[in-house]
This record gives sequence, C-alpha cells and structure tokens, in this order.
Amino acid sequence: MNRLQLKDLYSGFRDPDTIKALAWAINDETKKLKEPLKIMEVCGGHTHTIMKYGLKQLLPSNIDFIHGPGCPVCIMPKERIDHAIALAQIPDSILLTLGDMIRVPGSKSSLALERAKGYDIRALYSPLDALKIAEENPDKKVIFFAIGFETTTPMTAAVLEQMVKRGITNLYFHINHVLVPPAVDAIMADGQAKINAFIGPAHVSVITGAKIYKSLPEKYATPVVVSGFEPVDVMQSILMIVKQKNEHRADMEIQYSRSVTLDGNTKAQKMIEKFMKPREHFRWRGIGDIPLSALELREEYAAYDAEKIFADILPTEPIDDHKLCICGTILKGLAKPNDCKVFGTACTPNTPMGSCMVSSEGACNAYYRYGEI
Amino acid sequence: MKQIQLSHGGGGEETNSLIHDLFYRYFGNDILIAAEDAAVLEVKNKIAFTTDSFTVSPIFFNGGNIGKLAISGTVNDLAMMGAKPLYLSSAFMIEEGFSFDELETIVKTMAEELKHSGAKIVCGDTKVVPKGAVDQIFINTSGIGEIEKEGISANNLHEGDVIIVSGDVGRHGAAILMEREGLGITGDIQSDCATLWPAVQALIDSNITISALRDATRGGLSAVLNEWAGQSKVCLEIEEASVPVDEAVQGICELFGFEAFDFANEGTFIIAVPQHHAMLAIQALQDIDVTSNATIIGRVTMKKEGKVILHSLYGSSRYLDLPKGELLPRIC
Repeated sequence: MNRLQLKDLYSGFRDPDTIKALAWAINDETKKLKEPLKIMEVCGGHTHTIMKYGLKQLLPSNIDFIHGPGCPVCIMPKERIDHAIALAQIPDSILLTLGDMIRVPGSKSSLALERAKGYDIRALYSPLDALKIAEENPDKKVIFFAIGFETTTPMTAAVLEQMVKRGITNLYFHINHVLVPPAVDAIMADGQAKINAFIGPAHVSVITGAKIYKSLPEKYATPVVVSGFEPVDVMQSILMIVKQKNEHRADMEIQYSRSVTLDGNTKAQKMIEKFMKPREHFRWRGIGDIPLSALELREEYAAYDAEKIFADILPTEPIDDHKLCICGTILKGLAKPNDCKVFGTACTPNTPMGSCMVSSEGACNAYYRYGEI
Repeated sequence: MKQIQLSHGGGGEETNSLIHDLFYRYFGNDILIAAEDAAVLEVKNKIAFTTDSFTVSPIFFNGGNIGKLAISGTVNDLAMMGAKPLYLSSAFMIEEGFSFDELETIVKTMAEELKHSGAKIVCGDTKVVPKGAVDQIFINTSGIGEIEKEGISANNLHEGDVIIVSGDVGRHGAAILMEREGLGITGDIQSDCATLWPAVQALIDSNITISALRDATRGGLSAVLNEWAGQSKVCLEIEEASVPVDEAVQGICELFGFEAFDFANEGTFIIAVPQHHAMLAIQALQDIDVTSNATIIGRVTMKKEGKVILHSLYGSSRYLDLPKGELLPRIC
C-alpha cells in the first residue's frame, strides 16, 4: 500500500485542469441564474483562498463574495487586546498567544510593541506548548490568551485537561473563543447585507459538525455549502450553490466530506463542554454585542481564569475603532476593503489601523497582499 | 569541556593563544599572519565592499552552521555584484562559557567554505562578552572583491528580460524553522547554504549579459522580485508553477500557513538576462553543482510598473507582495 504523503492532502485540490473544468461548469450553470449571487464566505480561510488563487477572476460577474466575520483576530475588540497587554505587563508573567494576535493594535499599543519593550510575550506554534512553558517557569505567572473559533477551542480545552492532570498551578487562561452561528445570525438579523448563499467554514465544521448550520437554510432560505479550503473545494462549493439556486433549493450540503460529518468531533465537543460554557455576551469588533456568541471558563476553573484572577487590572470600557476604519462594515458584509479611504494608504499590514488588515485571514490583508488584478 | 572565558578576549596571553592555535591554524595566510594592525591589500581594479553580521539560532543546523553562513553570506554579496571575492575580515562576539570545540568546528567550516571562492580572511577580531550579553556567538564578516563584470544593478531590468532562479526556493528558512521551533516534525530539509561565486564566474565566463543578479536571502524570492520591480520601474510576470519548491518545504508551508516564496535562501539567486542569453545562462548554471536546477520562472514586462504578478496554470493571476513583518504561523 502506498503511504499517504503530505502533498496528497493538497496537490489534487489545486489541480489546474480540475479548477478550469469547474470554472467552465459554473459559468455554464450561472446562465440560468435568476438573480445575482451574493455568497458570504463566513470564514477568513476561504477569503484567503479566493484571493490567493484569484478565483473571482474565473467566475462570472453575477457571482460576488461578501467576506464574513470568521477571522478570530479581526473580530477581537480593542479592549480585549488591551487586556492582553495589561496581562503581559504583570510583573513576572509570560503572556502566550497565537499567530497574528501579536500584531493587532489595541487602543495604544500592540503585543509586538510591548514585547520590544522587554515584556515576555510569545507566539505559540501549538497551544500545548503552554504546558511546557508553565512547567519550566514555576516562579512565573504564565497566561494563555486563547483565541479562535470552534477550531482552536478544543486545543485550549486539551491544555486545560493536561494542566489539571499534571497539577500545574501557574497557568491562567484568558478565553476569547467565539462561535460561528451567533455571528452569522447577527449579520443576517441586521438585514442590510443581502446575502443569498453561504460557504460554510471548513475546519470549524470538522469540530462542530455541519449540524450547526442546519437552521440557516430554514431561517433565511439560503443554500449553505460546507467547503474545504483548497481552490478546487471552493469552486466545487460554488457550483453546488449555483445548482441549488437553479433547482430552487435551499439546503445545507457538505462539499468538504473528506473531513466533515454532520455530528463532527464529539470527543472534542465533550472536552470543550467540560471546561467551558457560553458567555452571556461578547462584543465583536465592528458587529457589537452578540449574546451567547463566545465561551468562558466554567466556575469550577475560576482559579485559572485570568479574567477573574486579574480582574482589577483589566480595562472594562468598550473602545471603538478609529473613525476612518471601516472594518466593522466589512465584517458585516456591507463594504469591500477597497471601499475604505485609508486602505493601502494610512492602513497597511505594517501599520494596520484596523484588525482586518492584520491577520492573513482578514479581508483587507488578503486584498492588500493579492490585489484585484 | 574546554570553554571560552572572558580572558580569551582580554588581549593578553589567552587571546594570543586563541589567535594562534585556532584562527591562524585554520585561516592562516601571509597577510593574516603578518599580524599588523591592519591588513595591507593590493587591488588593481574597481572593488566591491560589503559587510554582514550573522546571528542565526540554532548555530548548527541541517546543511550548515553559523560559520558557513558567515563566509558564504559575504562572499555571495560580492559575487552578486559581479565581483570575485578576495579578502574578508571576520569578527567574533562570543558569549563567555561557549564551547571551544564548537568554536573550532565553526572556524573549520569557515576555512572549508573559503575554498569554494578562493577568498582569504586577512584580518579579524575576537570579543568575549559576559554570559547573556550575546546569544552564544555572533560573527561579522566584511569582504572586498574585484569587479569582473560591471553594470549589474537592481535598477537595470528591461522589458523582455528573462528571470531565472538558480535552484529551488525556501530551503534555508524551512530548515531553520524546523530546528528552531522544536516542532516535533521529522524530515530532511537541508539548508541551501552555499558559496555562489563559481556559478557567477561561469556566467561571466560565458559572456552572458547580466541585467540584475541578487541572492534571495531574507525575504526570499518575494523580496528580490519586488525590489527589482520597484527599483527598475518594471513589472515582473512570474509563472507560479515554474518556481521550483522542494516537497518537504512546501509541506512545512502547508502546515503552518507560510509561503515558500517568502522563506530565506542562503545559496539561491535570481538573475535577469536579455531573452537571447536566457538559454546560455541556463546551460552555464546547470553545469555547476549548486545551480544545477536553474530554471526560467518569468519575464520582465511593462504591464504594471513596480509590481510582481504571479500567473496560475488555470488562468488567474495575483500580486506577489513583499513579505511583511515577522513570519507568524496561522491560527487555525
């Protein structure tokens, strides 16, 4: 038997002939469309794929994308970035977080700037590294600023489980795990975006299962296709959406069936359930307060909850974006990055004014990097 | 274990013995062992002069070490200006307690790497600093080379020029990443770290007109192409699929959300030549070991001034931008 190689996970899904064939099929099928398609790709990973592979160039003009809120860094309000900075400034502390979170500007500073001042701030490759760092620094308060949608939440839960098992007592968690369905509902409730189809997240759905989108077609009469992140995946998903439209259907379908099931990873779901519960409300950057749209640690783990333990140093006032930044409008699907006055001028990946320019999954960053040729 | 102590940098007996037993032993040449306050050099033609400091972590990596980098890095900078590397300085900043054996390995590697270009180390300096003042060892090398081919410049690309890459891209960055982050992934990604003068000499000997030449170090292929497009006010159109990337390097990129085009190289360069010299250049490069996989990746046009455009095999295109900030792995 041939061993599966890493390239097998992507090479076929980037095959030029397959992409061309799908583009041809979509172009043919869209001729029958009654109204233009406004597809929201909920997840920033899909925004990235669409821009990086130039997929929009292969599609007819009656298909447009609305870039959704599924970028964990982009939706983080400034006051919570200020939390991270305040936590990093605690004497004898080590602040841990993931990826681009390091670069997002808060109200006055960013973690990268604070790190340059000498505070111990580290971007992890794997959340599990938090355990090792806590064990190696028993005299330090190690604080994990946990971010991400349903995809990364199980990793945080796994760190919690291992921490309890190993008896680690110097590790704290600032939980910013957010949920896809409430955010989508909030955007649709707003009613302004005129979205008539969804591309459902890939990795989120591996964990949650596609069941979390089942209510969408019923509520909004929109097709939902859960799609993989490769270009062939996205093209095939678009074709599935167009076909649904032409057949007057609004169903939830799974294109990413090599990884996503209806029920998802139930073991991971149970582990999350054990340590976390829905938070009463969470303020999303640009979208505002959404009830039950994020998670927090359960009462039993309050001793590890950085938001509780260090409550007295954490700012509580909401902080709005710079008045020229339209990240909020973009996250709601009401504008495109190049509609913004400061896009590419005052706001660039090196000097981001808004969070959508920071993360590689942010719509502004993807537009800036790959452009529209 | 024998260790480097502060006294080794104190200027007295210990310093002397370090210089004689280690540096002279491996680097020894007439100019160096004359042991004057400065090296006296004879150079007849126009010279190129460059300097670079090396601070890699880890200092030993798959495919090389900091010493190999310190030599090839400076030698390559000279080569990229069409200059034959002749004389180098080498200054060491060593953290107290550093292993003598490791220092010897590094120095030995430097001596071996010098053989590929024939350059000599003609002056040097050693400082030993207290624990924590530097991370193990830093090396600075400066170099002088005699210009053998004039007119190579990042400002010199013209419409119609062909862009060639000397080998696959991203291996040094990927190799360092694998070791540095302790990712727990096993794989055999070797840094491409190598001296490039023999390849440049082959191009010069073949009388090839070189519009521009640059090694794709930090910032990788993306940085070089963007610098050229900007400085020469042209558009570089690249066929994405023709840029060679090692499968394992691509694998690392897939796992962490990086682009091989943004990864550093230490033995790979990009060259722009007029179209009628393209095949000649490829032949000259393919005859040299380190550039045997040289291949054409694109051409210079005027489509969009100052921009690099990548074309896919399925009819779409996008900009290739300069890499921004530190490389951070994607979140999910």
